[in-house]
Amino acid sequence: MDVTSIGWLTLPLAILGGAIRVSTPFIFVSIGELITEKSGRINLGLEGTLMLGAMAGYGVSYLSGSPWLGVLAAGLAGTTFGLLHGLLCSVKRVNDTAIGISLIVLGTGLAFFFGKPLIEPKAPALPSISLGFWSSMPQVRAALDVNALFFVGILLAFAVYVFLNRTGWGLMLRTVGDSEDAARALGFSVLRVRILATMAGGFLAGIGGSFLSLSYPGSWSEGLSSGQGIMAVALVIFARWRSINALGASLLFGGAGALGPALQGVGVTGYYYLFNAAPYILTLAIMVASTSRAAPFADAPGELKLHR
Amino acid sequence: MTLRPFDRRSFLQMLAAAGSAPFVLDIPAAHAETPLTVGILYSGSKQDYGFNQSHAQAAAALKKLPGIKVVEEERVPETIAAQRSMEGMIRQDGAQLILATSFGYFKPHVLEMAAKYPDVTFAHTGGVWTAGMPENIGTFYAYIFEAQYISGIVAGHMTKSKKLGLVAAKPTPNLLRSINAFAIGARSVDPAIQVQVIFTGDWVLPVREAEATNTLVDQGADVIAAQVDSPKVVIETAEKRGVMSCGYHSSQADVAPNGYLTGAEWNWITPYLVYAGSVRGGKKPEHYLRAGISDHFVKNSPFGKLVTPEARAAAEKARADLIGGTLVIYSGPLKDNKGNVVVPAGVTQNSNDRVLDGINYLVEGIIGQV
Repeated sequence: MDVTSIGWLTLPLAILGGAIRVSTPFIFVSIGELITEKSGRINLGLEGTLMLGAMAGYGVSYLSGSPWLGVLAAGLAGTTFGLLHGLLCSVKRVNDTAIGISLIVLGTGLAFFFGKPLIEPKAPALPSISLGFWSSMPQVRAALDVNALFFVGILLAFAVYVFLNRTGWGLMLRTVGDSEDAARALGFSVLRVRILATMAGGFLAGIGGSFLSLSYPGSWSEGLSSGQGIMAVALVIFARWRSINALGASLLFGGAGALGPALQGVGVTGYYYLFNAAPYILTLAIMVASTSRAAPFADAPGELKLHR
Repeated sequence: MTLRPFDRRSFLQMLAAAGSAPFVLDIPAAHAETPLTVGILYSGSKQDYGFNQSHAQAAAALKKLPGIKVVEEERVPETIAAQRSMEGMIRQDGAQLILATSFGYFKPHVLEMAAKYPDVTFAHTGGVWTAGMPENIGTFYAYIFEAQYISGIVAGHMTKSKKLGLVAAKPTPNLLRSINAFAIGARSVDPAIQVQVIFTGDWVLPVREAEATNTLVDQGADVIAAQVDSPKVVIETAEKRGVMSCGYHSSQADVAPNGYLTGAEWNWITPYLVYAGSVRGGKKPEHYLRAGISDHFVKNSPFGKLVTPEARAAAEKARADLIGGTLVIYSGPLKDNKGNVVVPAGVTQNSNDRVLDGINYLVEGIIGQV
């Protein structure tokens, strides 16, 4: 408990620590959503998947004693929800946005229902890797206490990039997402690809949820998600449907989110409502700056119903 | 009679008839010697380690009493849904006392329901009854800042860095009153102590609360206190960082077995019993019921294992002085953190002084801004 004040140094440290701690769920959910959207469908239900994953992960970790088993369970719960979304949207004239919204309600409701007995027990948390061992400052050590899932998330962003751009399956996924007719002409099963892509998206979103309950902030409660699942959908658009960009956007969002509390910490006590809104202001600013009049949907998968 | 095709209108008529029949038949039964049914509404989860849990604990205590039946509904939004919930409790369960525990239920929901059901007593947490409102409404609240003052004394004795951290939701008068009391308590131990406040901007924001806690610990605070709706995350994060903590609303001792010092807790069973008594006695409810530690409306969590005998003794003495009335928390001279005198020398503002309702400053020694 030998802690001394480090003054203004807190600020960069908090932003770095915040980027690492807060961004992980965003990375997983946004990359999951990216895979789904690349297939030409939008799954708005990831907020519900996130909550379900957080609950399932916490529950399985508590019952089995293994947090990694919890992560897997969260992923499987998410996959089930992805399958549900994928199947329902495969029925003719079913709107994927509406199904997504109903899945938010269903996922959150199920998570609350099954999560009731999990609020009080303490489940084993995911281990973290101390990258700050070289420093004698406890603040630095705390900021660099990095969860393993964070690294998995970074690897994932690159893996998804390679998958989408360098593999045959990736090409198939992009074709299905860009032009249904072309995909049919090539003999691809459009529905099967879309259902699988939504399942993969659900798997990752479930894992993102398990990070919330098993690492940071690190316990199951009904107020756990404050809209991370919804924000991740926006981050995908912000990242122009590119996985490396989605990683960057998540990191930026996490770091900016730490700005509000950190500024108050170093004594900038006014305007905290404004600083707390920093991530959203930043997102808006970059989106406005990166718009193009000539080709507003240049990067969007052609089959996405956002702009039809 | 000719058979009409089944249309929407006749379906609705049927539903209405089916729905109202049981309550019409129930009315005579309500006057017989039946147990008192109390309906309780919560805005959030009963297990939030916070405000709603403090009410749920009182409800659980109420349930154990003979002759009292409790019906509860959690996660009732502060919308027309609150009226539906109250109406359901009154009509279907025969509730004679409604305890509406969230601030937003008062206007217009409790007011409208009270006008519609004049024979039912409504008690609301935090509202202020004024003349002209229905006579069957009671409003109650507790001076939690007195318990927060005692937590401040314990924190003041325990801190080594002379810096305390406090994670708060929004700068509302009620919160400011408690934040100030915590600081006044801590600084009564050692005037060199500083309290750093971080406002998260909303009542429940787990990730930002954890971030705020981390920042405060990084700034050198070695005791973290919380004034958010569900302090579980703050206390847990403090425990993970190896610092001490003070709870709020209900006890969070079990999430921080090492560092939990004490906490300011509501003791709602006392006002619940006051209103249950007035319903039983057929009297009008107390319209404006406010009390503090001396009337058992608030309490402190049992001391954690780290709390030294000196700190315990000082806390017990403060409690006795508050109960005896020899100690007034807001006593002049008192300055705000900008140097202005807010309570002049020689002036005391007792806990029930309505001046404190409009408090809009942070006292000297607090780093933070309203």
